[in-house]
Amino acid sequence: MPAPASPLSPLEFEQHRPYLLRFALLQLRDRSAADDAVQETFLAAIQGADRFGGQSAVRTWLIGILKHKIIDQMRKAAREPRVEPGGDETRTDDLEAFFAEDGHFLEPPGEWDSPEKSLEERRFFEALERCLEGLPKNTARAFMMREVMGLETEEICKELGISTSNCWVLLYRARMALRACLERNWFLTGAAAG
Amino acid sequence: MMNLSCREASRLISQRMERRLSIRERIALRLHMGICDACTRFSLQAEFLRRALKAYAGTDEP
Repeated sequence: MPAPASPLSPLEFEQHRPYLLRFALLQLRDRSAADDAVQETFLAAIQGADRFGGQSAVRTWLIGILKHKIIDQMRKAAREPRVEPGGDETRTDDLEAFFAEDGHFLEPPGEWDSPEKSLEERRFFEALERCLEGLPKNTARAFMMREVMGLETEEICKELGISTSNCWVLLYRARMALRACLERNWFLTGAAAG
Repeated sequence: MMNLSCREASRLISQRMERRLSIRERIALRLHMGICDACTRFSLQAEFLRRALKAYAGTDEP
């Protein structure tokens, strides 16, 4: 009888590739850089498989490695001169659209029904991913670096080459846009009620 | 400074997740949130987003 694939076989890793790729793309926004990061993650994982003690899920372990590879890719990109297409995300014009003249919310945040329950639903994370993908590039990168990689503002500013206050603009935009997106696409639809 | 608009309050709410607010900022924000459901919800939702992203990355395991 064939032995079951060990949990750390390359085959097992491949199952995680789509998720790892989406995770990397949210931060790198460049397909080939994301592919490289994921590939290097798999290589490191195969080499380090005997050090995996099974204290966490395989995916969590892979994400831990991937985060380092993503930072490596970001540093590599920062060293190469690049023309970045797209608007200047440190402008705040788009943020004005959330407010009336007198500074009130045009669409006040609504009441979310038991948001913690959503964290148990795969479809919630699919909706979250789509909302993240809708963010402008540097806004998404800054937000992911802060909330997922746990980097401090200072490190994020350095990686993105912007000032602290501009960094805060990006994070603010991310929060405003994400909560509005999730409210529209998850909490106000029947989906949240599950 | 004391009478914050939602525009100003929501910015401080976001920055509060990154840095310490000054005493003046904290008082002004608390006053505003005391009478503003919208900003109170924004604050709760921003904190929820933090937990959601951690869960998304699988980094919230005990």
